[in-house]
Amino acid sequence: MKIGIPKAFLYYTYHNLWETFFNELGCEIVVSEDTNKQILKDGIKYSIDESCLSAKIYMGHVYSLIGKCDYILIPRIASFGAKDVMCTRFGALYDLVYNTFRDLDIKILDYNVDVLKKKTEFNAFFEMGKTLKKKKFDIVRAYFMAKQAEKTYQQLALKEQNNLLGQNGMKILLISHPYNIYDKLIGQPIIDYLKDLNCIPIIGNIIPKNIAKVKAREISETLPWSYNQELLGAISLYKDKVDGIVLISSFPCGPDALVNDMIIRKNKDKPIINLILDEQEGTVGLETRLESFIDIIKLKKDGLNEKES
Amino acid sequence: MKKKVSFPHIGNYYVPIKYLFERGLDVEYLVPPPITKKTLEIGGLNSPDFVCSPFKYNLGNYIESLEQGADILIQVGGVCRLGYYGELHEQILKDLNYKFKFVNLSTINYKKPYAFYQELKKINPKFSIKKAAEVILIFIKMIEVIDKVEEYIRENIGFEVENGAFDKIHQEFLDKILTVNSKKEVKEIYSEYMKKFKSIKTNKPKKPLRVGVIGEYYTIMEPFSNHFLEKELAKKGIVVTRSMNASNSLLFRKEPEILNKIKGYIKYNIGATGMDTVKEAIVLAKGGYDGLIHVKSFGCTPEIDAISILNNVSNDYKIPIIYFSFDLQTSEVGIKTRLEAFYDMIVMRKEKK
Repeated sequence: MKIGIPKAFLYYTYHNLWETFFNELGCEIVVSEDTNKQILKDGIKYSIDESCLSAKIYMGHVYSLIGKCDYILIPRIASFGAKDVMCTRFGALYDLVYNTFRDLDIKILDYNVDVLKKKTEFNAFFEMGKTLKKKKFDIVRAYFMAKQAEKTYQQLALKEQNNLLGQNGMKILLISHPYNIYDKLIGQPIIDYLKDLNCIPIIGNIIPKNIAKVKAREISETLPWSYNQELLGAISLYKDKVDGIVLISSFPCGPDALVNDMIIRKNKDKPIINLILDEQEGTVGLETRLESFIDIIKLKKDGLNEKES
Repeated sequence: MKKKVSFPHIGNYYVPIKYLFERGLDVEYLVPPPITKKTLEIGGLNSPDFVCSPFKYNLGNYIESLEQGADILIQVGGVCRLGYYGELHEQILKDLNYKFKFVNLSTINYKKPYAFYQELKKINPKFSIKKAAEVILIFIKMIEVIDKVEEYIRENIGFEVENGAFDKIHQEFLDKILTVNSKKEVKEIYSEYMKKFKSIKTNKPKKPLRVGVIGEYYTIMEPFSNHFLEKELAKKGIVVTRSMNASNSLLFRKEPEILNKIKGYIKYNIGATGMDTVKEAIVLAKGGYDGLIHVKSFGCTPEIDAISILNNVSNDYKIPIIYFSFDLQTSEVGIKTRLEAFYDMIVMRKEKK
């Protein structure tokens, strides 16, 4: 039993959970390649023009897995509670993929998390295990091992981030959905470029998620989206430990269009810049903006230092 | 002095909304000035660049209402980005230095009815629950009959012999309905005016062209935002069917029924009105409609996802679907050209049959 996992979208949040779960159940996993130009090209071909860049990349990854495995894993994650929902695209993902690739004989392994409708993650994984014809005891065991692995990796990442925060140097907080900032083609170059400029990138997603969400609720009463709540909380928790904030969104991300505007309005006391990623090739524009952003922060910092001495 | 309350434009619903606030909550309702290019300019200028256009329209309405002396602004919640509109609208207006009270119904948790009562008290601390409860029932009935009247108009206005006949009676109807004192009177006015509409002279052929309009609910319900597409369409002598309205999306929506009709295409809820769009496409395709027009604002995610599914419905049922996406820069000429081409195509297909 070979299960294909697209290396996009939810992969960056859940891959430890999935890989452990399937390995424990004796299933072979094949993950798609890092995003490259061909994957982006295919993704664009199989998407509606106005779809966000991240979704187009995702479709390219799904396409690349057709024929390479028995099932492609396409989870459908809609909600974790009232006012704690995923962007609507994640709720539509299964149906979007099924309809787009209907004529290419795609075989999908899906699971549904929609806590508002009483469909929990545990239920979802249990049903999935049964679809794979595994024994109940094995499924439950595999799920708990997977949750343990997920927790361990999160704690490791937090530890690493705390080390970075303790270092000397210009620290830049990156506020971006995980599938954008970790993507090899669109996000990683930004992290690399900041490192080239001798900055320490602090990843907003690496945060104790529950605390972040509580912080977000204190700031915003009506923000419904999980991923944005985590980022809002991250700004609250990391703001005073960094020198500047870079917002990174893919075009035309629905939630970010609203939330980024709010973030900029409410953080006028910190250098902040909003980068929008689109399909156009070339990172020169972004690099120029980042470079001048870092220069401005340096100037301000040196100016402050001069005043103090 | 009574507080002036305002809510953004959406089709003709300002009529029951005015009734609800004035008779039910005893405040003065300020209908925002009619939407114009200026409304869009001012709304667009102060909105995030690529937010969906209903946000920009709403903001334009709010600013123009504030300029006319509105004290209290209302925003509702919703299952899409609409749920977050209010918070950002309020922030933007504050940053523009306007002074106002903002009642954001998205903050309400419906499991706590007391919270709803407290929001209403923000509008008028002295409102009477009894009066409000009576008026709500009339309000709901008003929406129902306004929608029914509009459905009838859409299907017949394309064939009126005297230009403007339907619009004249429609406006009379809207003016009259504001004067009611009971649900019974709403029903009476509805009957009276349906008789008037039915007696308007038309030259409807035996088998007219029939086109359905489907899509995202603000853009479909606010004619300015869709460049008066339904009128343009009807004028070509077409029966226009559009069932997405307040009655069908809020008052009488039956989700299990919808899920049933979209089996084979949709397994899960794809968000907002996405499922309704696909269901309506299937129903009209099965009903032998000549074509469908899909309408949405730029970036509307659930409707974008619905398009992938509509492509399959179109292929399976052999029904032409044309897709329009509206934002502040949409070209009037572009729309007219595409509608012409679509019309020519469906006429040809019909003649072939």
